[in-house]
Amino acid sequence: MNTLACIKRVPETGAKIVLTDDNQAIDTTSLGFTISPHEECGVEEAVQLAEETGGTATVLTLGSPEADEQLRTGIAMGADEAIHLETDGEQWGPRATASAIAEGIEAADESFDLLFFGNESADQENYQVGVRVAHTLGLPIVTGIKNVEIDGDTVVAEREISGGTEVFELPIPAVLTVKEGLNSPRYPSMRSKMQARRAEVATATPERSEANDVEMIELETPERDDSPAEVLGEGPEAAEDVVAVLEELEVI
Amino acid sequence: MVLVLIEHDDGAAIDTTLEAATIARDVAAQEDEPLEAVGFGTVPGDVADELGEYGVDTVFAVTHDGLTDYAPVAWAKSVRELIDDREPSAVIAPGTDRGGETFAHLGAIADLPLAANVIEVDVGGDEGYELTRQRWGGSLLEDARIDAEPNLLTIVPHEVTAEPATEAGEATLESYTPELADEDFIVQVDRREESDTEGVPIDQARVVVGGGRGVGSAEDFDQLEELADLLNGAVGSSRAAVNEGWRPHDDQIGQTGNKIAPELYIPAGISGAVQHWVGCKGSENVLAINTDPEAAIIGKADYAVIADLHEVVPEINRILKEKHR
Ligand SMILES: Cc1cc2nc3c(=O)[nH]c(=O)nc-3n(C[C@H](O)[C@H](O)[C@H](O)COP(=O)(O)OP(=O)(O)OC[C@H]3O[C@@H](n4cnc5c(N)ncnc54)[C@H](O)[C@@H]3O)c2cc1C
Ligand SMILES: Cc1cc2nc3c(=O)[nH]c(=O)nc-3n(C[C@H](O)[C@H](O)[C@H](O)COP(=O)(O)OP(=O)(O)OC[C@H]3O[C@@H](n4cnc5c(N)ncnc54)[C@H](O)[C@@H]3O)c2cc1C
Repeated sequence: MNTLACIKRVPETGAKIVLTDDNQAIDTTSLGFTISPHEECGVEEAVQLAEETGGTATVLTLGSPEADEQLRTGIAMGADEAIHLETDGEQWGPRATASAIAEGIEAADESFDLLFFGNESADQENYQVGVRVAHTLGLPIVTGIKNVEIDGDTVVAEREISGGTEVFELPIPAVLTVKEGLNSPRYPSMRSKMQARRAEVATATPERSEANDVEMIELETPERDDSPAEVLGEGPEAAEDVVAVLEELEVI
Repeated sequence: MVLVLIEHDDGAAIDTTLEAATIARDVAAQEDEPLEAVGFGTVPGDVADELGEYGVDTVFAVTHDGLTDYAPVAWAKSVRELIDDREPSAVIAPGTDRGGETFAHLGAIADLPLAANVIEVDVGGDEGYELTRQRWGGSLLEDARIDAEPNLLTIVPHEVTAEPATEAGEATLESYTPELADEDFIVQVDRREESDTEGVPIDQARVVVGGGRGVGSAEDFDQLEELADLLNGAVGSSRAAVNEGWRPHDDQIGQTGNKIAPELYIPAGISGAVQHWVGCKGSENVLAINTDPEAAIIGKADYAVIADLHEVVPEINRILKEKHR
């Protein structure tokens, strides 16, 4: 079984998000980059299924030349192939992103049996790229999945609902958007990281479609109450005061 | 008109639906147009009455022989047909798993843009709607524009307050049968399974005790478990503690975990990264326990204790146990 995982390079923000002066982007000058935990699970699942069935796992990203770093993380996690749809780093809307990814998938050497996306990206949270790609490719899709099992030509996918799960059965090939908790993504070893550096990455430069999309005007950080906490005390002696607060809040 | 997608459970509209209806009513008022709703399966009269109080004129209840359970493509195609019939200027859904998934399909099928995670709408002039939407789990806001016919929006759950209309009206219930093909039911809920976890679910607990990297090991969570038990609460954790293998992911609080809103949240040994904070910012009170007075969580909490959790938590437990006696 051949699998694909789509990943997106996003800044690794810390305790506070800082914007650029023109409020058009996050100031990333002092930040590292990563992919969403959802997508890490997508890569892990893609790699495991390919390993178990003797197929190949491919990672794909659309983004600036720097997004090569995230593809190599995917390779270090066990992906066999990587596809980089290179952009000049300009920001594409979800429709343009999805149509370029769908074209990239159709043009790939491999044909894929299961395609994994994150349920939503970490930074934009548009909740739609995977669904749009599935429709373009004419494949069934289900979103928000936290358990995947293969049963012959069917994929059994589970989604959490309050107090249990909802189970879907889809014919393969299919697309799944997944959530963290699906599996425990491996940490790549030093050796696999070194090897990933030398791996080959297929690149293409997609045209940006001019579809009518949601257009960003600017970003803002929400106002929040930053007044410091009332410090109840230091060390174990503070326990009495903690209990007093618990009583005051009527939680005991 | 403006159309809102509704979800109902046990004979009542769910709260996220009422939140979406509140925004949809505001959009309809700005457009000077009526508000209509679409729901699936048998929509009980009580739900229609409730929606009437929220300003809805007509509720379309979609029924179809194939629609025996939730089916995202069939839902999206039904809404699409209703759009063709009724020509709304905006179609709005709660940003729940189902609302969000249905609308992603709708955007793809109808070839329309979709603005997800919206919290505010200004219908503006000729250049489309100006919206505010959340990103990064709500730690960042984006002002954006959408200009399509109709505009598709999903509303972030639990950010806007549900408010009935000042003048309650009455909603008429109409049944609506779309034309659907077999292929629209390829993806449909096949069955449901109940989870077997014991104790209070973390998203329903009144008190949640959270542990992070500062807890140090899986065994050291015992002290937090004991505190949670004494307070009839649940234990949660940061992603760092999950990555260390100390807790299952089900316990994780944050952007890619649970969103909690208890009366009291007690993060212990958690630094307060934005991705963690967005999962617990709905808590009424936050009491942080941390050795570092400069930790971000101290700036965000209501109460703080600057202490080693391994020393102060057992002490709190001891006092609570004495009181229990
Ligand atoms: C006006 C404007 C401003 C923008 N501003 C910014 C900005 O400030 N910062 C910024 O980072 N982006 C920005 N973008 C980028 C853009 O919005 C997103 O990359 C695109 O909309 C996809 O949305 P998403 O990632 O939220 O999709 P979602 O639907 O939330 O993503 C779901 C999944 O799709 C896959 N996926 C999404 N994008 C990619 C990708 N590029 N490559 C591979 N897989 C992918 C992943 O598996 C992801 O988990 C902007 C776009 C526009 C139009
Ligand atoms: C896209 C994305 C999504 C993410 N989603 C989530 C998410 O859903 N949930 C989440 O939690 N994180 C998430 N993260 C990770 C997040 O950024 C942080 O890395 C994580 O929350 C840190 O966990 P922590 O606070 O336990 O660890 P640390 O940041 O290492 O903090 C440990 C804290 O413990 C204190 N401490 C140490 N010893 C003691 C002691 N003995 N007693 C008391 N205090 C002590 C320290 O002072 C410190 O403040 C996400 C990250 C990304 C990039």
